[in-house]
Amino acid sequence: MADETERKIAFICSKGNLDMAYPALIMGWAALGNGVDVTVFFTFWGLDLITKKRMNHLQIAPVGNTSMKTGMMGFPIDIGIPQIVGVLPGMTAVATALMRKKIAEVHVPPVGEMIEMLADAGAHLYACKMSVDMMGLSEKDFIDGLEGIVTAGEFIDMTEGAQIVFI
Amino acid sequence: MISFENLPFNAEGYLTDPAAWNEEIAKAVAEKEGITLTEKHWDIIRFCRAKGLETGKAPTLRQISQGTGVSTKELFQLFPKGPAKKIAKIAGLGKPEGCV
Repeated sequence: MADETERKIAFICSKGNLDMAYPALIMGWAALGNGVDVTVFFTFWGLDLITKKRMNHLQIAPVGNTSMKTGMMGFPIDIGIPQIVGVLPGMTAVATALMRKKIAEVHVPPVGEMIEMLADAGAHLYACKMSVDMMGLSEKDFIDGLEGIVTAGEFIDMTEGAQIVFI
Repeated sequence: MISFENLPFNAEGYLTDPAAWNEEIAKAVAEKEGITLTEKHWDIIRFCRAKGLETGKAPTLRQISQGTGVSTKELFQLFPKGPAKKIAKIAGLGKPEGCV
C-alpha cells in the first residue's frame, strides 16, 4: 500500500435520517484506520448527528422508502410495504427500532458513540455556521469533540486538496 | 538483526504465517513503522496476538479498545495513523477485516 500520509478526505453530512448518518461515520472511521486525514462538515439536517439532544434519537421513516421490504423483518417473501401502512402512527418508530437492531447485529455502535470514536481518532469535526444560525442552535448544543462552527467558505479553504464526499 | 527477505510477508507487509512470528520480528516491524515499543505497546500487542490466534482474525480497533481498556485516543497516540493495521502487522496477524 502506498504511503497515505498525504491523503485527505472530507465528508459533508447533510442528512439527519438514521440510515444516512452511517455512511460518513463508517467511511470516515475506515479512512482514519488507514492513516488518512479526515474532516467532517455537518450542515442542515446533518447537524442532528452532533447535536447532543438528537444524535441518539435519529429515525428512519418507512414512507417513501422503497427499499424497506418485508424480507428485512425475516419474512420469506420480499415485497414492498404499502405506503398507506407506512403513514400509520408508530410506523416510523417500528422502522427505526428494526434498523437499530440490524445495525447492532453487525456490532456497529450507535451514532453518538461513533461520533465520539471519530473525534478521539483525530477527525476534524465542524458545524456549518449558516445551518447553526438557521436552526437556532449554539455551541453548547453540540458534542465536545466539535472543533468549531465555520462558514462554507472556511470549509472549502481548509479542505484544499481533499477528496470530498457529499452525503 | 532480522532479515525480512526470509520471512513470509505479503505485499502489504502482513505476515502470512502467524507461527513464524516472534518478539524480535515485532520489534523490527515496529521500527520500520517508526514505533519504539514500550510496555504499554506490548500489553496491546500481546492481547491482539492472543485474540488473533484464538479467532483466526486480527481484532478491529473497537475490539482492541474494548478488550484492553485503552481508549481510541491513546491507541492513535501509541500507533499513529491506523492503529488496528499497525498492531496487526507488528503482532504478525493478517489484515483486520471488520469495518468497525
